Amino acid sequence: MAKITYIEHDGTEHTVEVKTGLSVMEGAVKNRVPGIDADCGGACACATCHVYVDEAWREKTGSPSAMEESMLDFADNVEPNSRLSCQIKVTDALDGLIVRTPQSQH
Amino acid sequence: MDAILGGRVVIVGAGHAAGQCAALLRQYGWTGPITLLGDEPHLPYQRPPLSKAWLKGEADAESLLFRPAEFYAENDIAVRTGVHVEAIDREAWTVTLRGGEALPWDRLILATGARARALPIPGAGLNNVLALRNAQDAERLKALLQPGKRVVVIGGGYVGLEAAASARALGCHAVVVEREPRLLARVACETLSDFFQNYHEAQGVEFVLGASARELRGQGAVHGVLLDDGTEIACDAVLVGVGAVPNAELAAACGLDCEDGVVVDLAGRTSDPSISAIGDCTRRPLPLYNRMARLESVPSALEQARQVACDLTGKPPPPPEVPWFWSDQYDLKLQIAGLPLDAPLRLVRGDVGKANFAVFHLTDENVVQAVEAVNMPDAFMGGRMLIASRKPVAPARLGDMSVSMKAVLA
Repeated sequence: MAKITYIEHDGTEHTVEVKTGLSVMEGAVKNRVPGIDADCGGACACATCHVYVDEAWREKTGSPSAMEESMLDFADNVEPNSRLSCQIKVTDALDGLIVRTPQSQH
Repeated sequence: MDAILGGRVVIVGAGHAAGQCAALLRQYGWTGPITLLGDEPHLPYQRPPLSKAWLKGEADAESLLFRPAEFYAENDIAVRTGVHVEAIDREAWTVTLRGGEALPWDRLILATGARARALPIPGAGLNNVLALRNAQDAERLKALLQPGKRVVVIGGGYVGLEAAASARALGCHAVVVEREPRLLARVACETLSDFFQNYHEAQGVEFVLGASARELRGQGAVHGVLLDDGTEIACDAVLVGVGAVPNAELAAACGLDCEDGVVVDLAGRTSDPSISAIGDCTRRPLPLYNRMARLESVPSALEQARQVACDLTGKPPPPPEVPWFWSDQYDLKLQIAGLPLDAPLRLVRGDVGKANFAVFHLTDENVVQAVEAVNMPDAFMGGRMLIASRKPVAPARLGDMSVSMKAVLA
């Protein structure tokens, strides 16, 4: 289990426990966090689970694959800390993770 | 029509479209009771992994569920599973369940999906002859895909190819029998057909193209597929993947317009404005292509769920979407945007031999109508934007890998 805080564009915070092995996207969908649509169910095919990883957590969440990077290139409002949350696997090391959701997914 | 947010919504179906529509209705402020009526024993779950990750044992039943049971409880969405709707009464504003219970509604949403097309040949009823539409089918198929077993897939479409790839990963022999002279004949261009055939062959899948199964042979369980030229292929299991038929019978029986699917408009309304329909059971307008079509795809189901949730809650409709599809086979990610209609020009970007390419389909005026991208997500994402923009492109730049997709779009 890892505690993850999802912060919506309007500042609303959702702190939930997510099972290790799930993705950060699955943690959001299963815990009713709005703003992460994940139309493709986590296949890295749609870029509707875009999040901004809190600066303090960027290293621990790793860097995107070439595939993910190409998808992100065309997402709206991309920042250097943008990730597709379906591609971040939850591990114990991510306990305390903070991510923010972009306005465009609301 | 005024939004009456407190009315009773009944959704016939509990699949992808139904689950999404219920969730969106709540998110958009619907306050009245929402009831989903599903004939399967499950909460809404994801079907795409059934032929992929789930079949290979990489995903469990719980991970297939979109949302946990608590979601429905906390959002006051009633999901009744294992129930069969037998009729819609448009005068009484009720649906009748098997057993006689009549359920009243103020807004009815049909999300009845599609079922696997049956193979009308002798032996189709033998044991170990399966389709792949739902969790129960997948469960049965998984049990049959033991190492060394021989599976014949009838139909070289996406479901068949994905299942063949999974079967190979599980150590089974796989033979695909396709009636057309090429794979994916209905859904992809020749370049893709050839590419996928070569790729699958390199993984040990065998293909028999331009051939029809005449009979499935066996006693109790199937043990062979007899082709129309007299050849027999020995096997332990047969997967039939020859397309889907929309479940439009309920709609037709109560007099709604149907034409190979329940006919709906851009708000998802049927010919009765108090009844909407979404997902695989519908025939829907595609504004970018000026025609009606039946799209069997998750993105289309989600889009229609959005259209109906907006319509019922009085929100502005979502902008016309670019239809899209995806398929995962081996290490290949296929992403398709748009439909290759009215598009006589074809252009390849990238290198087919390196499994890193995209086929663009353009009109005579060089407007992109569709893109089929293999391991090239930037071409897919950029292609989607080009399709939506309706602006002509310079084909020479689009086909030139030294010009980035961003630069093509600029």
